[in-house]
Amino acid sequence: MSTGLEKRATRVEVSEDDLEALLGDRALGRDDHLNAPGFVIRPDDVQDVLTDLRDEAGFDHLSCLTAQEYSDRYESIYHLKKYADPTQEVSVVVPTTTDDPVSQSAEPVFRTADWHEREAFDLVGIDYEGHPDPRRILLPETWQGHPLSKGYDQEKPQIVTLSEHANPIQPDHHDEESDTMFLNIGPHHPATHGVLHVKTVLDGETVVDIDPDIGYLHRCEEQMCQQGTYRHQIMPYPDRWDYVSAGLLNEWAYARAAEDLANIEVPEYAQIIRTMGAELCRIASHMLALGTFALDVYGDFTAVFQYAFRDREVVQDILEDLTGQRLMFNYFRLGGVAWDLPEPRDEFIAKTRDFLDELPAKVDEYNDMITSNEIFQVRCHNTGILEPEVAKQYGCTGPVARGSGIDYDLRRDDPYGYYENLEWDVVTQDGCDNYARVLVRMQEVEESAKIIEQCLDLLEDWPEDDREVQANVPRTLKPDADTEVYRAVEAAKGELGIYIRSDGTDKPGRFKIRSPCFSNLQALEVMSEGEYIPDLVASLGSLDIVLGEVDR
Amino acid sequence: MSSNNPRQSIHDSTAPSTDTRDSRIGEGPDDRFNSKLREAFGASPFILTKFDKFMNWVRGNSMFMLQFGIACCSIEMIHTYAIKHDLDRFGAGVPRASPRQADVMIVPGTIVSKFGPRMKRVYDQMPEPKFVVGMGSCTISGGPFQEGYNVVKGAEEIIPIDIHVPGCPPRPEALIYGVAKLQERIRNGESSPVVVKPYELEQFGDLPKDELVQKLASEIDEDDLVMRYNWADSP
Ligand code: SF4
Repeated sequence: MSTGLEKRATRVEVSEDDLEALLGDRALGRDDHLNAPGFVIRPDDVQDVLTDLRDEAGFDHLSCLTAQEYSDRYESIYHLKKYADPTQEVSVVVPTTTDDPVSQSAEPVFRTADWHEREAFDLVGIDYEGHPDPRRILLPETWQGHPLSKGYDQEKPQIVTLSEHANPIQPDHHDEESDTMFLNIGPHHPATHGVLHVKTVLDGETVVDIDPDIGYLHRCEEQMCQQGTYRHQIMPYPDRWDYVSAGLLNEWAYARAAEDLANIEVPEYAQIIRTMGAELCRIASHMLALGTFALDVYGDFTAVFQYAFRDREVVQDILEDLTGQRLMFNYFRLGGVAWDLPEPRDEFIAKTRDFLDELPAKVDEYNDMITSNEIFQVRCHNTGILEPEVAKQYGCTGPVARGSGIDYDLRRDDPYGYYENLEWDVVTQDGCDNYARVLVRMQEVEESAKIIEQCLDLLEDWPEDDREVQANVPRTLKPDADTEVYRAVEAAKGELGIYIRSDGTDKPGRFKIRSPCFSNLQALEVMSEGEYIPDLVASLGSLDIVLGEVDR
Repeated sequence: MSSNNPRQSIHDSTAPSTDTRDSRIGEGPDDRFNSKLREAFGASPFILTKFDKFMNWVRGNSMFMLQFGIACCSIEMIHTYAIKHDLDRFGAGVPRASPRQADVMIVPGTIVSKFGPRMKRVYDQMPEPKFVVGMGSCTISGGPFQEGYNVVKGAEEIIPIDIHVPGCPPRPEALIYGVAKLQERIRNGESSPVVVKPYELEQFGDLPKDELVQKLASEIDEDDLVMRYNWADSP
């Protein structure tokens, strides 16, 4: 475990002048966003510029790729950050013409661009030249048109095939020399945590090649958010991205981006409530990850799984008292939260304290049953290895990155809410294996408990006449046209980023969600190729994906 | 005396009983074989019923659910199975991983175009008689995502549904109520008729040769199974 102090010492600032000098005349112009300087470049300079930014200026984290269509051009925006200091950001804006939207692929520079570019092609329709695998990713292969581009007609009928599902073991996948076998895992399979389809090629029991096929839960979340008004209609949707009780964490991602966009200050008291609620959600989410992981690796439906759900029920009760719902909270508002702590306040605080008091004993119990269980250790030690350098290439964040020793947590590194003023640690483990990732989650539960404890103290003693839960926010928000912002928070699974471009109306012109699970899942191929098939299942479990967020 | 309260005092003799018969059934006639049924029906320990009535009663009381999670609602569904709510108390709580062993399918979530054909296939794989509980607004109408370009407006477009449980997500209590209602209907011998749905699996060659079909003809084999997704014509 490391302290924040060492980390700050290693930060190197790169000023905008340095960046301008580095890019030279490859930068055609500036297109600054609220969060970061932006440089416009030519579509055939992409690899060049990104390589320089990565190797010379240290921007080693391709957080997100946003694609969008304007009336006169397509635009791909690469949002770059540094793992060492995510407050240093830069946007690389690549415009292409509408009649020939071809742009160079960034895949050779950042592995994670593979899926991001496939998504951009799928939904917006930009072609990436030199992309190793230019297929659709979320929509069925046979889909016609690109739904987030202008002029897409959603009323047209479509045809969807069932061919891949026809026969799980297709005879034509045995070829004569190797005797490999093709196997479909999912989309309806108990170990895939939802509707994920993994196309697997096996040699005996060894995984030779995998290809996760996603999109079975692509619910058009971005379209839904683009159709809603900032003030009220968008907030219910974040709850449904990562639906494993991580609702408040997701709401915060939207709240943070929109508040930056519209320049709204949140009262301190509301920030504390938010912090507390978000950490409760994190506990609930990690509990589910733990329970289902135990179910995956040794089929434990009876003990650990039920214990984890017992504890989740308690957290959900507390959250229900706070927000009025068990799962889809819709509790944050722009500029604050919906209402104050429930009355009688003492009772609520006592109830939450009771939960925190019982937690250490429960964590011990989990450690007895899970981490010190021999079967569990054999299954998890040294399986699903994800080296830190590889993890960075894939844009992994959250417990997955921290399990590979990458000390990266936006709550500390890019502070928001009330985290700065509280005492807690970022948990990292150097194991790089499935075991390390589970340990990180278990220890994070304890850290979250610490944070909640401190929030409760503050909330209890807060002056009675200063309990302001909501700032003054205009009834309709209309940020200036063409303001753009990309903001991320540390959700339960990692960095959850939101890009919003305003077009001067009360609805966003483009709303892009950077989901941590989407990037993390992409790393499954390096974690499982060459391993046994049960280890594939364990690796998948330890990534803790939730398909609502992968597919959005 | 309940076993929770430890016995405070000991009555009678503490000497061990040696006479087993006496100690087990005491004095008088042996009524160990007199069940409640005999009390109800008199001397003859038989009841007469119709066989299918009996079968319905059995079916309703022993339902095997399909382990089938789609979206957010499945989290509440797991909570319904798990500790505290414990759906198994009602004889309906052991999720089966294979559709071939299940007779009830809870559809917990949003169905999108790509998943529609798969869900139909899973449903088709379940043995008759089979029942479906639609959980959440998404399975009723598409719920919050109804306007999405890719969303099927309700599970009933694809498979027949016996019970709808509204909510987003429904609380576990609501799902239990829905399942209990389904059991009641099964016991009464009612279930929804199987009808042909707008979204059906068809062979590609059987589709009318419109513009779209001709365009895709090079990509899809004649005998591949396909489903037509028509956003505009669904309700
Ligand atoms: S009804 Fe609501 S909770 Fe259920 S799957 Fe749909 S959006 Fe999720």
